[in-house]
Amino acid sequence: MTAIYEIIVMLFILSGTFLTLAATFGVIRLPDIYTRNHAASKATTLGAMLILLGAMFYFLFFEDHFNSRLVLAILFIFMTAPVSGHLIGRAAYNSGVKLWNKSVADELARDRKKMKQGKSI
Amino acid sequence: MAFQILLNFVLAFVWMFLKTSYTPATFIVGYFFGLLILFFFRGFFQTRFYLKRVYAIIRLVLIFIRELILSNLAVLRLVLKPKLDIRPGIFALPIELERDWEILLLSNLITLTPGTLVVDVSPDNKTLYVHAVDIDDLNDAVSSIKNSFEKAIMEVSR
Repeated sequence: MTAIYEIIVMLFILSGTFLTLAATFGVIRLPDIYTRNHAASKATTLGAMLILLGAMFYFLFFEDHFNSRLVLAILFIFMTAPVSGHLIGRAAYNSGVKLWNKSVADELARDRKKMKQGKSI
Repeated sequence: MAFQILLNFVLAFVWMFLKTSYTPATFIVGYFFGLLILFFFRGFFQTRFYLKRVYAIIRLVLIFIRELILSNLAVLRLVLKPKLDIRPGIFALPIELERDWEILLLSNLITLTPGTLVVDVSPDNKTLYVHAVDIDDLNDAVSSIKNSFEKAIMEVSR
């Protein structure tokens, strides 16, 4: 029985660390802030959640102690990480950070320009 | 919905007082019978029977978790692929949701979807500007996914 528990805990913690590592590679490799934001805001969310879940299972199985703070931490990360990713992207866009030069479309700039013209008329 | 849950609690307490036993087990039995009563009298309420809404919320959470895992696999593939042949871009997505919390939920869901990230919400709350990693092969698929998300959120808020 303990072997199964060990495997479950190990799977959660190892996959979490692997995802976080991959997210770090993504932040180094990807070309501009928006694509980096993709890697940073998604992979690290699940990575941190998996590591916390693994820690929760460890204490539940081996110490017989259910730590509800870890569950709350998972929920908070789950709710706040996408919002922070959105805010970073928005702040970058509003302060004029350029998209990667191979980007294909930028409909936000088009619509903003249209709106400005509408106001000036 | 909140009114129906409150009514269910009141019915459970009435059941506890009828039985003159104040244990959690009695409360649960009373809650169950209250649920049955609410189900039979569902036609008298303005809103839907609230378990339907609870079911919709649970489905939304499951969609959230599934999309989170899928998007992580997509990011993994993107990052670990030796050749970087992505075509990123920002596209506009018209939405029908109106209330603020629905838009917040939808944009969180989109951010956790494979290959998309919300950059801005238009001032009139009618368009979301979404940054996609691979714009050409994703555009159709993403819009269909988003229709299903939007439907799931509408199912909750209706």
